[in-house]
Amino acid sequence: MSPSVVLVTGVSRQLGGDLAARLAADPSIDRVLGVDTTPPSRDMRRRMGRAEFVRVDIRNPLIGKVISTAKVDTVVHASLSGHPSASGGRSMMMEMNVIGTMQLLAACQKSDTVGRLVVRSTTSVYGASPRDPATFTETTEPKALPPGGYAKDAVEIEGYVRSFSRRRPDIPVTTLRFVNFIGPRADTAFAHYFSLPVVPMVLGFDARVQLLHHEDAVAVLERATTHDLPGVFNVGADGVLMLSQAIRRAGRIALPIPEPMVPWVGRITRRARLVDFSPEQMRLLNYGRVVDITKLKTEFGFEPRWTTVQAFDDFVAGRALRPVVDTDRVVGIGESIARGAVHYLPGLHRGEGAVQLEAAPDQPALAPVH
Amino acid sequence: MGEADVIPLHGPGGRPRPRPTPRRRSLMPPPSPTPDPEPVPEAALPAPVTPAGPSELERTVTEVATFLRRRLAGRYTVDEFGFDPDLNENVILPALRPLYERWFRVETIGVENVPAEGGALLVANHSGTLPLDALMTVVATHDDLPTPRNLRMLAADLVFGLPGAGALARKAGHTLACSPDAEALLGDGELVGVWPEGFKGIGKAYADRYKLQRFGRGGFVSAALRTGVPIIPCSIVGAEEIYPKIGDLGPIARLLGVPYFPITPTWPLLGPLGLVPLPSKWYIEFGEPIRTDEYEPGAADDPMLVFNLTDQVRENIQQTLYRLLSGRRNAFLG
Repeated sequence: MSPSVVLVTGVSRQLGGDLAARLAADPSIDRVLGVDTTPPSRDMRRRMGRAEFVRVDIRNPLIGKVISTAKVDTVVHASLSGHPSASGGRSMMMEMNVIGTMQLLAACQKSDTVGRLVVRSTTSVYGASPRDPATFTETTEPKALPPGGYAKDAVEIEGYVRSFSRRRPDIPVTTLRFVNFIGPRADTAFAHYFSLPVVPMVLGFDARVQLLHHEDAVAVLERATTHDLPGVFNVGADGVLMLSQAIRRAGRIALPIPEPMVPWVGRITRRARLVDFSPEQMRLLNYGRVVDITKLKTEFGFEPRWTTVQAFDDFVAGRALRPVVDTDRVVGIGESIARGAVHYLPGLHRGEGAVQLEAAPDQPALAPVH
Repeated sequence: MGEADVIPLHGPGGRPRPRPTPRRRSLMPPPSPTPDPEPVPEAALPAPVTPAGPSELERTVTEVATFLRRRLAGRYTVDEFGFDPDLNENVILPALRPLYERWFRVETIGVENVPAEGGALLVANHSGTLPLDALMTVVATHDDLPTPRNLRMLAADLVFGLPGAGALARKAGHTLACSPDAEALLGDGELVGVWPEGFKGIGKAYADRYKLQRFGRGGFVSAALRTGVPIIPCSIVGAEEIYPKIGDLGPIARLLGVPYFPITPTWPLLGPLGLVPLPSKWYIEFGEPIRTDEYEPGAADDPMLVFNLTDQVRENIQQTLYRLLSGRRNAFLG
């Protein structure tokens, strides 16, 4: 079934807006309705073209009326938010995420036109702990359930979506568990985090980071909107970056923080509106999270265009992030000093002593590497 | 200085080292085999005067600088388990090598039993209070095999919760002991190491040395059966003597959230000095591979077969331990 009327929630935010723009450009779709509580920015509205914006709160039963009068046949619920301060506080965020989803699902259940539902979820539902396997498949049970916040919202939303598909087995439901987005235009917490000149990380931990290019994320949502692909899918790019490695690739300086102080630093960066990381997302910085995307490639039929490393490099290049310290030059200076020492210091020219003496000046430089 | 009177034992003994040339690894990235001019001069330490000295020194400087540039720019790859081959090759293994070659003077037996490629599950006895036996096996499978392999160990979750150790273990290629990870690694054709005795083995009292403990629940056998890879029994002699555990402070262990808090002749009596392992002489023997690809597809779900295979591996290692021990005259001299 090719969709003719699509409703996209969370259209004033980047992912929803970009999806609406993409769908509006598709001539086979008759109507694209964008829903959000705040109107999209002017730039976003221009890109959205013929897509219509309906200012309605999905927590309001009015959403049911919108669906029935417009004869919506495909609903894309893309408004899941993980940013408390952008959504007006944590309780407001939970309201929008959970209550909004309940209302939307209730409207879909009543509707006799809706024939497809796509729900944006997150890999946060797996939690992050040292007792988890290296990669999560769609069926992996989380060892430590997320204690609260964004991840808990997502777990609850997925619960409601599951009971929805029990009640309306005729509607195929696609649940997409996304990893964190990155890209030159991506306006996400991760992008802000890596744009800090000094990037805090947890002392003694180095998380494995899996990312997804923003354009790939939009493409996955578009494919789910236009095809019947029911099921739960992990959505991420191939490959992994270590957090420390990503910080180095962005030319930033890592600032290891002892674990007990991490919540503090998180609060400060949130207050200063530098990075909008919720506390449970900070856990990700400890252990990281990698998901298995075999099902995405085989069953869903999507091959991410960017690997994690390419997506990250695209972000660094697109944001024109300049290295804070020119490490190449620092190493170059060290190298020429060592070379000079080799050349001019007497007694260095032969024998085993030379090797040991030589090793000495390099040792402190080696220390911060691993 | 409890161990000070032990150290000289192997000094004047003048035993011929099994490996005449100590390895000096070049700091080249592993995937570029071409620009490696090192192996030819391999100037061993006793070389009197080397005229090629300065140029080799300069090469070392260049190599170190290249390595640092690569690391600081983040130009290296890690796999989904967090394994960082570049760091492993150039920092972690070189740090372990002195311990392997000089301190424990590890001798390997039966290296031909480890397949040169393809998945294989190495199962070994665990001992020594701290998992140095596991680290030494990593060096053994890298340095002493005809084709170096990276042993990917399966470790307890305790390791990955520790600051520092957990991150380093991931970078060295090790992962959590659970069947999804074991099967993923074996399926990728990796050499996987497992120490099924776990804390019962590594934390046993000195009086129980070389007595194998229960072999877990046989999960490693199921993983091998599911992926059809051979099981290689590996017997390690010498690790029991490095930290002879003569007591256990249970309350402190519970306080720290660790399985045991050992008392050895030097720890905690001598403070940090007690962390220096006694220089026992080690033997690592790789036994004949036990094939698992001849069983039916559903064999991994047959508990009887799994138990039998587990017992077979355990017996094999226990017998080899007894044989190696009977051939050893002294724990420190070999």
